[in-house]
Amino acid sequence: MGRYLRLLGVQFRASAAVAMQYRVDFLVEGALALFWMGWSLVPLLVVYDHRSEVAGWSFEEALVVIGWFTLMKGFLEGAVNPSLTTVVEHIRKGTLDFVLLKPADAQFLVSTAKFEPWRVIDVLGALAIFAVAFHRLGRVPAPGHVAVALALLLCATWTLYSVWILVISAAFYVVKVDNLSFLFSSIFDAARWPVSVFRGVWRLLFTVVVPLALMTTYPALALLGRLEPRTALLAVLGSASFAAFARLVWLRSIARYTSASS
Amino acid sequence: MVAVPGPASGPLMPQAAAAAAEMRYSWAVLRTLRAVPTLLRVGLADAVAYRAEFLVWLLSTNMPLVMLALWSAVARDGPVGRFGQEEFVAYYLAALVVRLLTGAWVIWELNFEIRQGTLSFRLLRPVHPLVAYAAENVAAVPLRLVLSLPVTLLLLWLVGGTRITHDPLLLALFPVAVAGAWLITFLAMSIVGALAFWIESATSLFEIWMGLFGVFSGYLVPLSLFPEWVATLARFLPFRYMLAFPVEMLIGMESRSQALFELGVQWLFAALLLAGASATWRLGMRRFAAYGG
Repeated sequence: MGRYLRLLGVQFRASAAVAMQYRVDFLVEGALALFWMGWSLVPLLVVYDHRSEVAGWSFEEALVVIGWFTLMKGFLEGAVNPSLTTVVEHIRKGTLDFVLLKPADAQFLVSTAKFEPWRVIDVLGALAIFAVAFHRLGRVPAPGHVAVALALLLCATWTLYSVWILVISAAFYVVKVDNLSFLFSSIFDAARWPVSVFRGVWRLLFTVVVPLALMTTYPALALLGRLEPRTALLAVLGSASFAAFARLVWLRSIARYTSASS
Repeated sequence: MVAVPGPASGPLMPQAAAAAAEMRYSWAVLRTLRAVPTLLRVGLADAVAYRAEFLVWLLSTNMPLVMLALWSAVARDGPVGRFGQEEFVAYYLAALVVRLLTGAWVIWELNFEIRQGTLSFRLLRPVHPLVAYAAENVAAVPLRLVLSLPVTLLLLWLVGGTRITHDPLLLALFPVAVAGAWLITFLAMSIVGALAFWIESATSLFEIWMGLFGVFSGYLVPLSLFPEWVATLARFLPFRYMLAFPVEMLIGMESRSQALFELGVQWLFAALLLAGASATWRLGMRRFAAYGG
């Protein structure tokens, strides 16, 4: 465990060093992150310009969901997406062999291959959105609720990561996976809305098939103190089984990998 | 035209040189026209060969459906502005159809080929690269039509009788409006893509373009639901003519005279962008030659 933590530190330092070489990119990416953050509020503002409540969510509560969305998006684009691109390159060129030869778990190595430190801006932005939302609500989240929300944050990141492991596993079969990542990003966009806005097939899709509800709505409910304990428990169980499933699929796919050069 | 060397301005016989250049130019146009059917066939074969990828690309255009679900929830207890639930269905399904039909991907290709230098292969061919890109992108339209057919049928089945315009002229002009929308999309992409000749982060710039598109084209939210000044501002930007205009024309939210006027504005934007694209491209070519040479 300690060894893997140290490895994580090394990988992170390497990414930071690479990122420091492209300082202008840093600024551009940072500015873009801010731009998107503001922009993602536009539909919300329009909707709540016409209504004071949608599907039982007030503006402030929906804002909390957007906060979680920003946070998860930062995680997705800062920690998960860059690594994914690297792995796909490896698989395509056959250089994954060099990763597999290293004396550490391959899944760990490929998923920590690259970070984009500048995405920290998203985290700060999310905190700012939370602050605004709770300021407007006129209260501070209870410590217990914060604790549950943080636990669910862990589940959410783990689930999001698992989805990506599944996407990477698909790369062993179909190779050109950047389309799939694009597809997932576009689906993930729906996570900015509370899941109860959706009905029927959509609700089912976003709760069970692609667990977006788990990533933004449930943590938001927890932070607001509206989450039922039963749902929280189900969320934890759900994300655990999702992660296990992803790990299983990964192991099967990697067993099937034959180097592109052979 | 790029592959054809510029007018060889002989100092002795400027007139003859000019005449020769003109002939070469008309030759280039003829040659391009002759090549177009082949380019289209190749492009279609390409699109069919990668049909799975193509399908995934199209599936990722799901934003209108998500927004439709959202606005339906909002409109459940009464209409929003001019929009009741049925109007939202018509609007977003039509938006999905227009978006599916007017998609282009030239920016990614351009960016990649300029950076990797593989653009040189294209330059060797006796057809202007922009024409070749355009042909590749247009060639995918039949496939796009097939794949957007279910959405179209759904649209007609759900609201065909009530919310689709009954004006035969507007219905006949709808393909023209879609073609104009595609042209604006493609040319804007070409311009931003050609900026890769100068700057590293052309794709980041394009992200901003897409962000503006999302809001000012009515893709996320119908423009009339915005505060008045946003809708007015949108009329002076190209984005509206890439999506909202064909959509509103189709679902009968525009009078005939208004639609005709906007069609003119749309093609004016397309013409401006065409001039911009060819200028950017010509300047960029000099840069590229400098890199390679």
